[in-house]
Formats: sequence, structure tokens, C-alpha cells
Amino acid sequence: MESFLLDLLASPSWPFAASRGVIVIGVLMTIAGYSVLLERKASAWIQGRIGPNRTSHPLIAWIPLLGTFLMKGGFIQPAADGLKFLFKEDPLPGHVRKGYYVLAPIVALAPALATVVMLPFGRLPDGNVIALCPGADVGVLFMFAISSLGVYGIALAGWSANSKYPFLGAVRGSAQLISYELAMGLSVLTVFLATAAPGVDSPLSLVAIVDSQKGAWNVLGHPLAALIFLICVFAETNRHPFDMPESETDLVGGFHTEYGSFKFGLFFVAEYGHMVIGSSLFILMFLGGWHVLPWLPTVGTGVVATLAGLAAFFLKLAFFLFFFVWVRWTVPRFRYDQVMRIGWRVLLPAAIVNLLAYFAWYAYKG
Amino acid sequence: MAVKVVERRPLTLAERTYLPQILAGLRVTWENMVRPPVTLQYPDERPAIPQNYRGVPTLVRDPEGREKCVSCQLCEFVCPPKAIRITPGEIPADAPTAHVEKAPKEFEINMLRCIYCGLCQEVCPEEAIWLQTQYSMTGLSREAMVNDKARLYELGGTLPDAHRKWDVKKTEAERQAGGAH
Amino acid sequence: MVTDNKPSLVAINVDGVEHLVPAGANLVDVLGRIGREVPHYCYHPKLPVAGNCRMCLVELGSPMRDRATNEVILENGKPKIGWQPKPAIACATTVSPGLHVKLDSPVVKSCREGVTEMLLVNHPLDCPICDQAGECKLQEYSAEYGRGASRYDHEKNAKPKRSRLGPRVTLDDERCILCSRCVRFTSEVAKDPVLGFVNRGSFNTLTCFPGRELDHNYSLNTVDICPVGALTSTDFRFKMRVWFLKQTPSVDTESSAGANTIVWSREGVIHRITPRRNDAVNDTWMADSGRELYKQVTAENRLRHATVRGARATAEEALAAASEVLAAGPLAVVGSGRLSVEEQGLLARIVSARGAAAYVPAHVGKGDGLLVSEDRTPNFRGALVTGLTAREADADLRALAADIESGKVRALLICREDVTALGLSATLLAKVRTVVIGTHADATTAAAEVVIPGLTVFEKHGTFINCQFRLQAFAQAVPGPAGVMPDALTLARLAGADAGLVWQDLSALPQLTGLDGAKLPAEGVQLDGSAWSRLRFPEGRLLKVATPA
Repeated sequence: MESFLLDLLASPSWPFAASRGVIVIGVLMTIAGYSVLLERKASAWIQGRIGPNRTSHPLIAWIPLLGTFLMKGGFIQPAADGLKFLFKEDPLPGHVRKGYYVLAPIVALAPALATVVMLPFGRLPDGNVIALCPGADVGVLFMFAISSLGVYGIALAGWSANSKYPFLGAVRGSAQLISYELAMGLSVLTVFLATAAPGVDSPLSLVAIVDSQKGAWNVLGHPLAALIFLICVFAETNRHPFDMPESETDLVGGFHTEYGSFKFGLFFVAEYGHMVIGSSLFILMFLGGWHVLPWLPTVGTGVVATLAGLAAFFLKLAFFLFFFVWVRWTVPRFRYDQVMRIGWRVLLPAAIVNLLAYFAWYAYKG
Repeated sequence: MAVKVVERRPLTLAERTYLPQILAGLRVTWENMVRPPVTLQYPDERPAIPQNYRGVPTLVRDPEGREKCVSCQLCEFVCPPKAIRITPGEIPADAPTAHVEKAPKEFEINMLRCIYCGLCQEVCPEEAIWLQTQYSMTGLSREAMVNDKARLYELGGTLPDAHRKWDVKKTEAERQAGGAH
Repeated sequence: MVTDNKPSLVAINVDGVEHLVPAGANLVDVLGRIGREVPHYCYHPKLPVAGNCRMCLVELGSPMRDRATNEVILENGKPKIGWQPKPAIACATTVSPGLHVKLDSPVVKSCREGVTEMLLVNHPLDCPICDQAGECKLQEYSAEYGRGASRYDHEKNAKPKRSRLGPRVTLDDERCILCSRCVRFTSEVAKDPVLGFVNRGSFNTLTCFPGRELDHNYSLNTVDICPVGALTSTDFRFKMRVWFLKQTPSVDTESSAGANTIVWSREGVIHRITPRRNDAVNDTWMADSGRELYKQVTAENRLRHATVRGARATAEEALAAASEVLAAGPLAVVGSGRLSVEEQGLLARIVSARGAAAYVPAHVGKGDGLLVSEDRTPNFRGALVTGLTAREADADLRALAADIESGKVRALLICREDVTALGLSATLLAKVRTVVIGTHADATTAAAEVVIPGLTVFEKHGTFINCQFRLQAFAQAVPGPAGVMPDALTLARLAGADAGLVWQDLSALPQLTGLDGAKLPAEGVQLDGSAWSRLRFPEGRLLKVATPA
């Protein structure tokens, strides 16, 4: 039994790898679905409302206490939402470029799923990392490269819709993503510098970065880099206050104006998938990954340590998903020119100066 | 109007980074979040309706049970969307309220037309039509949304009458019929 | 009678403004005509002056003259005005040269306030249930000239609220302001003085003479002239507020007197008929019998669709069937004095085109010497003017009956007449093919092959010529039954003419030269009837017709 579980987690043979893939996709989709619930609930709380508390099913409502709790907490709402998207009529507008129009949501979702392959969640008692593709040397580069492809989904959606608002949203989205990718990439270089201590095999591996944070987390040693990276994550995921491609007040619905039913649902899942990946990257690189607290990497030993690490990771992730919502209702949306100004004239120079300062510091320290 | 030019204070470095403001904003939203919700669970919980609410227009009776409307048709005249339709009628001479002489034979308010403006209540010289606290009107057909006289009185009920002008008039007529002047 | 010379004009001064007005005219009339209306209750232009309401009090003055030389005394180059020390009632004043009137002085205003307050002391103020509300002089003047608040804190007088004065009039004594208009009307115009005041002071009450009722045929005029809601029409009582009613000028069709009327309707339903002032025809009066004619619009036996041989048919089918019947053989036409001038003109075209014999039956009743004449059709003169007939109205249709018996007439067109009541039995009608245009079902429509429904006077527009040869227009007050064509349109289709151009033909007639029925003045146009002066008409003396024609 234990060996089966270990095989499922780490065996390179293809049935286990495929099962892992299915599990991780399922987990990611579930996280995305419950992110929607979190978003709706947190929005409601911030606005003095209650949020979804009606959806239930007779079979669940029948259970005493738990049924009521699930209904009041809205925990069945994501299922209802998903089913709604699935069973709605899926119209194809007459004026769109049909092939690309259908392709766009797939292109948007695929990178989000693909990057999860590289994502390490925790560490097994035997020292192996829990991930689909554990120990890849260039994990970070791969994730940056693939997740940036998500913008093609947006560009494709806006262009194929043959409509002015989606088009404007797509143009804005492309420009914004390119602008913030630069600052993002430059900001994490300082982390790699810190990780690339003598004796570390592959400093570009996420596992190595996490391992280097057994003492102080990187957010303490690289606060400016962490801030720049955080802002860029917001911009890269098109979340408030950087949701230029959607911007419903001036662009109706932005790039997905012409989309409905499950195609729209795919965009929705892709957005939350990107949120999960962006948050995970930030956690891994700056918040110690699956380390419980600074200077306290693990609690207990063996399976307990593994579970504690997983809990630490997912708690951090949940906080970040909540943080996205929290910021959404705090900071108003930037104007497009402000977005461009912040990206090119503030974040990029700041990232460069930060990097040069760390260069100088490590050169001086030798 | 005199224009007073106020010099804008130059921003400090902390303000220019915008970060303290974002943190203050996060605090505000956090405080809002931990506050109890103000939402009413509508169909289960009903709001407390103030007495001067402008709900569905209704017809009322006075404490003696007399219908107060005398079908003067001023509400029908003033109604902006022409929702009110009255058929006037005469009170028979042997009725207990014969001294009022006139009462509506039929009184219809089309709630699909009504805009709840309250002009009918304002114009009514007999204080017979009141927009009361009923605010939810539903029906399955257009006909069901037309309130007829019986329904209007059912919705309206009885309201106190401070003036009792018709009773005063009747009492005085009876007194003078006895020879007083 | 009317004199040729224009009335001479005199200059009067109203609040410092000079006006030229006809000499000898009543001051209230004059001021109303120059746009400075004086409030008044008891004064009525067509009734003797009583001067008891005191509402029309104004300040009067005239230029002072030197007693010795009779010269006008000047002051600062202008005549010095001697103002009368007390206000005087305008209704008892005839204008004289140099008359000065103050309408806006504090004295006049306080007079009006005082009179209004006195009238309201015992007024019940039951405007919400009062039928007069909206056309009530007391309401209007109280708003315009009253104090706005009552100082009277005693109990008001109680008087009978709904006494029956007559079969058509109900009296509310509390509302009465004792102006005596109704009393003067019954004695001076209707010549049936049944109304009067009894008791004194605040007990003063309008009532009928014991054992009498206000039951003559002009009783409803008292309701019209009552300035408040005291006299009410039993028929119209509590039916509809007047501010909803649309007013349409029309003409009374009960007789050839042709009283001018206003038809009051709301959303296609007529609620009442009142007289319209026309000094050449009916002054401001009309008979009670004419006010009930609107009930024919919704009568049980109203024809609402065409029938061909007893089967319901569309208008087009009926017209086709009628054309076929009329072409069946030698034609006779029974026209009517109930048709309008336009319809008679179109019928006359059919008659002349087909060489048909035309009959216009007479309907003679008893005249009352006022506004109900002996000829009980509104438009027999129209049949003469349009050439439908050239003789007196046919007392019976014996000649037509003989023609039908002998087979000289094979087709018959009957318009708005029940010929079975005029000597043509149903068995006789069975011998010819008949087309009837009528408004109500009767024995004739039951016997006819083709029945085409028509419209009543309230549902169409047109003109009548009354017994004075006065051309008067009536307008459409309410829409007719769905799918029913105006009679003029039906006749135009049968005649192959254009109903819209009917006045092009009519204005070619000698008496109607240059006239257009759609553009007549409100008071009508007097035609020259001398061409028919040899005919003997049944009408006798009327309100405005002194000698029998």
C-alpha cells in the first residue's frame, strides 16, 4: 500500500505518471473552482454581504449539520457553476473567425496546466520532492516560458472575436504582459544569485531555491525583489488593479466579450490557474515554499513532516488567493497609461537597480 | 463665486510609492470584512417597512367600516400613467351611509401601470386612498395585476379618521332637523 | 328684428384703459368681451337681470360736469371723474359714454371677498361628490377671488340634500346660493313658473310650488344655468366628472329647429348633451327630449354589421350585393330628412343617374313653440337644397306602393326610414328587391334583402339645414361600431363617387355656392330659402322664428 502510494507520487513509469497528471489536473481545477467560491465569499464579506449560501442538493441537504454547513458556506456553488457552464447552450457567433475562436480558450488554459508539471508541493519522507516532474534543473525558466504563452489565448480570443472591445482588450493584455515580464524576470535574478551558493547543483531549480530558505526566507533578504515580483504577478494574471484586458467598465467584458458557456468557463479556470501558479511561484521563491516558518523548516519527522510541509504550502496558497481578492476590493483599477508607466518607468528601473545593488554586494562580499 | 487657490502639498517619498496608501486601504477593507454583514435574507426575512412607505395603493375604510372613497375621480385624473379607473355610483337612499351620497361602483388600479408616485394619495380629499406598506405584487396574468375594489379594500383595511367630517355633518343635520338652528 | 345699421360705439374707461364698446350693452357682457371678466352668479345674458348675488360689484364713475354750463370739468387737462361713493353691480349697468370702471381697486376686491365668504358660510363644500365640480362658478370664483380660509366656526345649515324637483332634475338645497336663475328661466323662457323661494334668512330654500313638478320639456336648462351644483341632472348625476369629458359641437336631431349642442364624451362613451349658445337659433337652451338622443348609440337594436338575405356579411360583400340589387330594374329611392346634406347630395346623384323616383317621408309632431318644431326631422330643407326632392314632404308612400304593386318599381333603396310604418307592408316589400341603409333594426330592415348599417349623428360628421334654412355642422363625437362605414361613404360607393369630394359638387348648387361643410363657422351659415317660399312647411312659431313659414 505504502509502496503503491510512493509509486503514485514518484514512480517514473508511465501509468503512474499519467495518474499523477490526472490527479494534479483535478486538484488544480478544484482549486480553481473553489477559488471562485473564495472570491465570491470574500467579495461578499468585504461588501457587508453574505455571499452564496443557497445552493444545495437534496442528498446533501438531508445530512444534519454538515448539509446545512455546506449550503450556508456555499461549498456546492462551484459544482453548480461548473454544471451551469457545461450545460448552457454554446452558441458560435456568426461574425467570428471560427477556428481561432474555438482554439483561444484552449490556448489560454493549456499553459496554466502545463506549468503545474514543474510545480513542487512538498517533500516526501525519503527526501524526494512531490511534483509531476521533480528536480528539473531549469524549473523556473520553464515556468516563466510556458506561463507567458497564456497571453496567446487572450490575443487570439480578442482577435478572432472580430469585435472592437475584445480586440482592444487583447491588445492591452499583450502589451501589459510583455511589459511586466521584464521586471518580473529581473527581480527574481537576485534570488538566483542568493541561491547559487557554492555547492548548489542547479540554482535555477525551484527545489534548490526552497532548500536555500531553511533559515531566513528570501522575502526578508530580497524585499524589493519580492515586492516587484508580487506586483508583476498581479499584472501577469490580469487581476485587479491590472485587469486591463477585461476592464468591464470601458471594454464591456474585454477579450472574452463574445464568449459564453463553457468556452467562457475555460477562460475563467485559466485565470484562476494562473493565480495558483503565480502564487505558488511567489511562495516557493520568497516565502520558503513548504517550510513552516522562517528558521523552522519542518515540524516532526517522516510523514508528519511531509504533511506539515504540505499544509504550510497550501495555507500560504490559500492566503495568497484570498490576498488577490482582498487587493481587488482595495485598489481601484489603473488607467492603461498608468499601467504602462508603472511597468516601464518604475518597476523595470527598480528591478535593474536592485539587481545591480545585489551584484555589487556579492562582488564586495566575494 | 470666489475661487480660492490652494497650493497642493508636494508628496512625500512614501506617498509617491503609493504603498502606505495601499496598506491603509487593505486595512479598511479588512475592517469591513470582519464587520457583520448587513444583508437581509429577503424572502425569509422581511425588512421593517416604515409607516410612511409608498407601497401598493389601497382603499381604506374608516373605523365605522364605511368606505371612505366617494369616487370624486381626482386620483384618476391626477394619475400620471392612467393606472386608475373608477366607475362612480350612488349610495342608495336607504343605506346607513346615505348621507355620503356617492361611492365607487367599481375601482380598479392597474398595478402594471402604477408607478408608486403617491399623487393619488396626495390628491385624495377624503383620505381614502393610501400607499401602504405592501410592496410586493405578483400575478400570473395581466388581469391578476389589476386590483379591483374588493381587493383594494382587502389590502387597505381600516385607518383611523381624525376628521369624521361625514359623521359630524350627519349629526348636525339630525340636530337641526329637531328644530335647532 | 335685425337692423341694418351697426350699433353705435361708445368709449368707456376700464382701469384707466379706453375701450370702444356697443352703446346700451350690459356692462358684464361688455367687460367679458374685452377680456376683463367680472365674476357673477345671478346674471345670465339670456335672462332678466335680478342683481341679487352682488358678486359683480364694481366701482363706477363718470366725467363731472359744471351744473351751470354743463361743461366737462377738467383736471390737469383731463376730465375730472366723479366716482360713485359706493360700489355698484355691473349687471344692472348699461354702458354710457365716458363711463369709468374700476375692477381692481381694494374696494372691489374686498367686496368680492366678502360676497364669496357670505356665500360659503352655509355652503357644504362637498366638491368631491358634487357633479358641478370642474364647471362650478362658486368653485372658480372662490379660488380666484375668495379669502382662501374660512373664519366661520359654527355649524353649517343643514338642508335637504336630494329632493326630487321633477322627473329629470334633482335638487341639493345646501349647495344653492339663491341666485334665482332657475326661477327666472322657468317663468320667463319656459313660461311654466313652477320654481320659487320659500322661507327667510338662512332657511331660504328653493322649491317647487305645492302639487307641481319641474316636469316640462325644458327643465334640464335649469341644471345648465345653475352656477353651482344645486340643480343636478338625474340622468347624469354621479356618472362622470366633467373634466374627463371631451366636448364635441353637434346639432340636435329631434326636430327641424336644429338646436346647437355640445356632446360630452369620454373614450367613446357619450355621457351627456348640453346646449351650445347660438343667438340665431337656440340662445343657450335646448329641450330635455334632445338630451336623451345619445342613448340610441348603444341601443339594443343597433345594427352592427351588414346582412345580405339575412346572413351576416362584410361591408364589401354587402356593397357588392347592394349594387347588384339596385341594378335589378326600375329603381325607387326613399330618402330621409334624417340624412345629412352630404348624404342627401350623394343620394340625389343616384336618383338623377338612375332616373329613379324619390320620396322623402314627412314626420310631423306637435311643436312647442320654442325649440321642438312640428317637423321632426333635422334636415328636410337639405333634401330641397340638394335637389333630392322638390316638393313638400310625402305624408304617405301610397304612390310608391302602387308602383310596386304594378311592377313599375323592381328595386328599392331606403335610407334611414322605417317604411313599414309609412304604409309599405312587409308583403309589399317582398315584391321588390330592397336595400336598406339604417342605424337600428326595425320591420323594414327585417324585410330587406341587403341591410347596410349606418352611423348616428354622434359617430359621423356632416351638416344639417334647419327650418330657418341655416346650414349647421356637426362633428364626430365618438367612434362608430367596428367595421361600420359612414352613410356618406356607403352612398358614395353606390353612386360611384368620392365621398371626400362631395362638397365640390354641393358647392355648385345655387344655395350652397362657395361653401365647404368642413369649414363652417360655429354659428352656422344662413342660406337663401326663398326658392321654396311657395311650399307649405309644417313648422309654426319657434324661439327664433316669429312667424310660421
